Amino acid sequence: MTPELTIALLAAAVQSGTPILYATLGEIFTERAGVLNLGVEGIMLIGALAGFIVAKTTGVPVYGLLAGGLCGALLAAVHGLVCLVFQGNQVVSGLALTILGTGLSSFWGTAFIGQRTVGFEKLPLPLLSEIPVLGEIFFQHDPLIYLSYLLAPLMWAFLRYTRWGLGLRAVGETPAAAAAAGLRVLAYRWAGVLVGGVLMGFGGAYLSLAYTHLWTNGLSAGRGWIAVALVIFTFWRPGRAILGAYLFGGVMAFQLRLQAMGTTLPSSLLLMLPYGLTIAVLVFSSWRGRGSEAPAALGVNIEPRE
Amino acid sequence: MRLRVTKRQEPLGWGACLVFFGALAFSLAVSAALLALQGKPAFIGIRLLFEGAFGSRWALEDCLLKAVPIFLCALGVAVAFRLQIWNLGAEGQFALGAIGASWAALTFPALPGSYLLPLMFLAAALAGGLWGLVPAVLKLGLRVNEIIVTLMLNYIGILILEYKVYGAWKDPGSFGFPMTREFPAAAIVGNIGATRLNWGLLVCLGCGAAIALFLDRTRLGYELKASGENIRAARYARLPYGRLVLLVMALSGALAGWAGCLEASGSLHRLQPTIMAGYGYTAIVVAWLARLNPLNIGIAALLLAGLRVGVENLQLDLQVPAAFGQIMEGLILLTVLAGNFFKDYRLRWREPDDA
Repeated sequence: MTPELTIALLAAAVQSGTPILYATLGEIFTERAGVLNLGVEGIMLIGALAGFIVAKTTGVPVYGLLAGGLCGALLAAVHGLVCLVFQGNQVVSGLALTILGTGLSSFWGTAFIGQRTVGFEKLPLPLLSEIPVLGEIFFQHDPLIYLSYLLAPLMWAFLRYTRWGLGLRAVGETPAAAAAAGLRVLAYRWAGVLVGGVLMGFGGAYLSLAYTHLWTNGLSAGRGWIAVALVIFTFWRPGRAILGAYLFGGVMAFQLRLQAMGTTLPSSLLLMLPYGLTIAVLVFSSWRGRGSEAPAALGVNIEPRE
Repeated sequence: MRLRVTKRQEPLGWGACLVFFGALAFSLAVSAALLALQGKPAFIGIRLLFEGAFGSRWALEDCLLKAVPIFLCALGVAVAFRLQIWNLGAEGQFALGAIGASWAALTFPALPGSYLLPLMFLAAALAGGLWGLVPAVLKLGLRVNEIIVTLMLNYIGILILEYKVYGAWKDPGSFGFPMTREFPAAAIVGNIGATRLNWGLLVCLGCGAAIALFLDRTRLGYELKASGENIRAARYARLPYGRLVLLVMALSGALAGWAGCLEASGSLHRLQPTIMAGYGYTAIVVAWLARLNPLNIGIAALLLAGLRVGVENLQLDLQVPAAFGQIMEGLILLTVLAGNFFKDYRLRWREPDDA
């Protein structure tokens, strides 16, 4: 492969990894508060559709992004309601959320199939984009990608150094001790669910507003589930999410390139790559024995006080 | 006045049924509102849904036809859930079962039915069971989370199916459509009398009875339940947890595989991508709604099969997208899940002074 091609591929890896990065960061935030949200796939689809419709009708991509985040949070709030208020099983609730979100997005989206919308366009950063190689890979993208560069370190610093971040982690590890220390455990869990939902919604909106600019049903194609797996691969750390997301972005971009170049390999085999890689990544994480780094109270509901 | 939550001391009894139907009614109301939002007549829509599902002999046959694969998949899912193994992979195991059965039908077309059909069922059970064993082995050997592995294997399983029907197994006479040749007559499960139902229904009943007996009457079934309720205690009691996981996942995969086999052999008479109708995901909803009890699974499978048939009716009459059924499935599961709260807790108003 020529150097130009390699650089183009790496730049494409960053772009197609970005929706996964947003979703992974969202799931990390939610899981750090002790809530497992398996509804990512459904939330992304709703975020993608809401973003698409609002950007198309208003003509302003930023409104679309905000709508995607808002609708993501709304759907995540359903998960919060079922698990935090009504003590439902988090695995089943998340799964139901994915079914609901997938259904709703096709129900409302069928009318828009194949239509295009305005979206975020490329905006090379001055100076930075002129750095050889690195500039082309990282700084000749749309603004949402630059936002994601900031988001991961911000979340890292938030979880590590701020009072609220420490509180969120305490609630995910030992809710009883956190409650005894005077923290409002449920409020933290709600925050984890809602903020996570916003980020997953952004991830979805990125797909329709920056990645494709058009709508098809089932646009996320399993990226939500990949994000859930990546959270384990990252050991619940926002910094590593970048690495994981771009790895998957790279595989997806590579597979698209191969198809575009007219390979003789059947597309169904190429499409298996990201899913197979997800399993490989999970096996690798477990083999390294770090699966035990999950927040200790992940998936465990907090019983209402008598 | 403040709302006060207390834990129930005795089970709710018939109230549990009330919770279930309350949740159903709530989901129906929300779905009706969704129809109204789209400018469709909501009440007529809901009526059409019921009529389409249960209003005629033709509709009831359709329900039963769709209930068969849902029931078989849900049965397998429920067995795994009993052990708290989150097998979300029925969809992929179903695909592998269909592939296995089709392989047998296409490779040995000259065999008589009395050999070919059992061979197809065997191949389907093996393929589905092995697909189920992959996450089990990864879970036991490396503690890999089975939720995501089973889901990823769904995507991969469906892609293998597409690989076969778009590639080596494509019927040269299909005008480019991705489908295999029609199976030989010996590879087709026959219909019962003059109905459109095939003998797969009997397979269903047999499997249901066998699993019910296995869970309630055998030592292994009891160990399964005990391990599922408390894994640590089960380890202390030296129950063979690892072997149970393998058994449960193989069984789960084999049952979903049979569903795929019946669907290919009984309904479509060939393999084609439309065989993947999402029964494996509906099965998870069914298993959970039925609280993992085989008899209830039968009832819930019929109900959700009815929902699918009813939605097809809505699609024709009111041009409602097929996703409406998925929305209702998700809503029903979420509301029943939330409604179960009232089985374990009671709410009471508390006067401010009796604190």
